[in-house]
Amino acid sequence: MKEISLNILDIAENSVKAKATLVEITVTETAYTLTLTVKDDGTGMTKDVLLSVTNPFYTTRTTRKVGMGIPLLQFAAEQTGGNIKIESKHFSEYPDEHGTTVTALFYKNHIDFTPLGDVISSVTTLIQGHPETDFLYKHSFSDKTVMLDTREIRAVLEGVPLDTFEVLIWIRDNLREQYDENQ
Amino acid sequence: MKSLAELQAIKDRMKSKVALREGYGEIRVVVGMATCGIAAGARPVLNTLVEEVNNAGLYEKVSVSQTGCIGFCQLEPIVEVIEAGKEKVTYVKMTPEKAKEVVEKHLKGGKVVTEYTVAGAN
Repeated sequence: MKEISLNILDIAENSVKAKATLVEITVTETAYTLTLTVKDDGTGMTKDVLLSVTNPFYTTRTTRKVGMGIPLLQFAAEQTGGNIKIESKHFSEYPDEHGTTVTALFYKNHIDFTPLGDVISSVTTLIQGHPETDFLYKHSFSDKTVMLDTREIRAVLEGVPLDTFEVLIWIRDNLREQYDENQ
Repeated sequence: MKSLAELQAIKDRMKSKVALREGYGEIRVVVGMATCGIAAGARPVLNTLVEEVNNAGLYEKVSVSQTGCIGFCQLEPIVEVIEAGKEKVTYVKMTPEKAKEVVEKHLKGGKVVTEYTVAGAN
């Protein structure tokens, strides 16, 4: 993947496939690090599945939960000296608090660090493809925060679908303006 | 600032429009958005399709959606056009520029852009 935002798009798809109702995407930057967290309230994974998701040769062709997505994220993080961590609670064991959290740590000054890239495009693409799922996007950097919560947008829209073109444009422009203000 | 008041205005406009959405999605445009598609550049292709379909005023006739791996990872980004009563058209190795052309010639004009299809690429 050329940009971390593409990994975000890819990893968040796993959350949607795991029937998440809310996917929380958090990007937190310090001077030297970028930490990405994708947290969902989906079905979660059993311990056996969890142990094998970083193996690119592990296949879930029948359920298609994971494939190259996690290994590519792991590669992108590790090539900067960082790492990834996956925590998951399967609904069979944790009926009230199931879900998966993927955390990736990147070192920004490493020569192999891939830039965050067009993260606005990834957020709008996720909403366009999954208008029924809620997304919380939060990007913190140098004391500033850019945030978007589709639950708030949904409340205003009163039944108008989130993948309506005008709504997607509003979301895109809202994020653009937040980034411009924080420049 | 893109305020919530502006979003409210969009809602009011759309609420009155929703009832008119008959024949919605006569043509389905599907973009492969699995890991292979995303890595090959499907994101800008999808966004161009969404934008151009709307700009061409085709949003009531054409729906643009996302799907998983279509099975020809080496030919990604892949875009499928599915229309009732017609054979499915599979466009391969797509770019935003090609996507624009497909909206103009195929979705609007009704003519398949053969050179971008899986058959044309061989």
